[in-house]
Amino acid sequence: MHDEYLENFRAGDPLAASRLMSIVERGGPPAQGVLDAVYPLTGAAHRIAVTGGTGAGKSTLIDAFVARFRGAGERVGVVAEDPTSPLCGGAILGDRIRMQSAVGDPGVFVRSIASRGGDTGFSTVAVDLADVLDAFGCGIVLLETTGVGQNEHRVRHAADSVVVVLTPEAGDDVQGLKAGILEIADVIAVNKRDRPGAEAFAADLADTLSMREPADGWSARVVTTCATRGDGIGDVFAAIAAHENYLRADGRRAKRRAEGLYERVRAIALARAAAALQHDAGATHRIVEAVRAIESGALTPWRAAATVVEALWHDGDNTSNTDHEVIG
Amino acid sequence: MRERPVRVLLAKPGLDGHDRGAKVVASALRDAGMEVIYTGLHQTPEMIVEAALQEDVDVVSVSILSGAHMTLIPRLRELMNAAGLTDVPLVGGGIIPDEDADTLRSIRGIAEIFGPGTDTRDIVPYIRNLVSPQN
Repeated sequence: MHDEYLENFRAGDPLAASRLMSIVERGGPPAQGVLDAVYPLTGAAHRIAVTGGTGAGKSTLIDAFVARFRGAGERVGVVAEDPTSPLCGGAILGDRIRMQSAVGDPGVFVRSIASRGGDTGFSTVAVDLADVLDAFGCGIVLLETTGVGQNEHRVRHAADSVVVVLTPEAGDDVQGLKAGILEIADVIAVNKRDRPGAEAFAADLADTLSMREPADGWSARVVTTCATRGDGIGDVFAAIAAHENYLRADGRRAKRRAEGLYERVRAIALARAAAALQHDAGATHRIVEAVRAIESGALTPWRAAATVVEALWHDGDNTSNTDHEVIG
Repeated sequence: MRERPVRVLLAKPGLDGHDRGAKVVASALRDAGMEVIYTGLHQTPEMIVEAALQEDVDVVSVSILSGAHMTLIPRLRELMNAAGLTDVPLVGGGIIPDEDADTLRSIRGIAEIFGPGTDTRDIVPYIRNLVSPQN
């Protein structure tokens, strides 16, 4: 089944791409097989994360980006993440409503996913799906996420360029988030610029940014937009293009990707170690034993935990578990 | 391996602009733990098929209040089959008279038609059972 899908995938069949993505989403050894086969085909796409609060206008901006990139002849992939309800586990994924300009264009592939339990809004599976789209031949992969929270740097590590979308009324909220947002943003779009205070807010952001030492020669550019009217889209696009050019020089993109890979491998390893502790029968047994040892006075909880962790390393490779734990 | 939640595409084909019913159903399915991809109003059958294909949903559902159901629903089924989505069931709902509903149900791949007054408590278990009949 997977082999047939993979063969059709390589021949450019979107249904095969879609079904492979579902296998990746379900995790486990089949997902591992697909990702192993697909990963060597990745690397050509420029990945752009578009992040910001709910209702800031991310989907509408992405719709405009898609039209622009299509105009430039690029195949475009979009992974749009919406939050899962923590109460019922369900989700309404509505990003497609605002992404209508790409409809009917075989050069655009949009996939919606739910964050599925990640309160930081950015799951490893989103990055895996971006890999599939990259391997499918999309020269541009857009990652939409509400992942502005305590783990903004995860978004940064998943993309070559990060566009943070804010609205003028986000002013006070941003005071609290500022450090994180400014650190990950390569481009800041102050959307809904038709609303009062937009220009002042953008100027204030630019002012704050100018007081910071640019990281590796790039300071985030601030632009204002009104995505629903298409105003300012050219400015955002130019800022993204400038960032892409900046990355091309001096091996910066390779360096940034290496940092991202470091975080990714670490996150996968962490998730696996956690899964092994949680689901592995041997580990459960050892913890039960450890509790007895503590009760009998032979061990302290710290020594006991150390033996449990120690034993995990010696358990061999019985944890071929690729459950996509949400990072963070 | 993880279970993926049931994924449902919910679309409003054609020209009618009333999506309150669709939104009520979307909320009910969400509350039942499903992932609902809502594509909004005024979708052509071609647009719906494209979304279903890219999202790899378990079920496609459409809400039609315009009276064009006898054209739109069979057309959608045809296009789904042509796109290789023969294994994805199609469910419809809206202002659909009983005789039309019977005719539509007799078409292969059209699983069910929910008429006016259908309780969401009937729709949710129906969809769940449609996707995984064992449960």
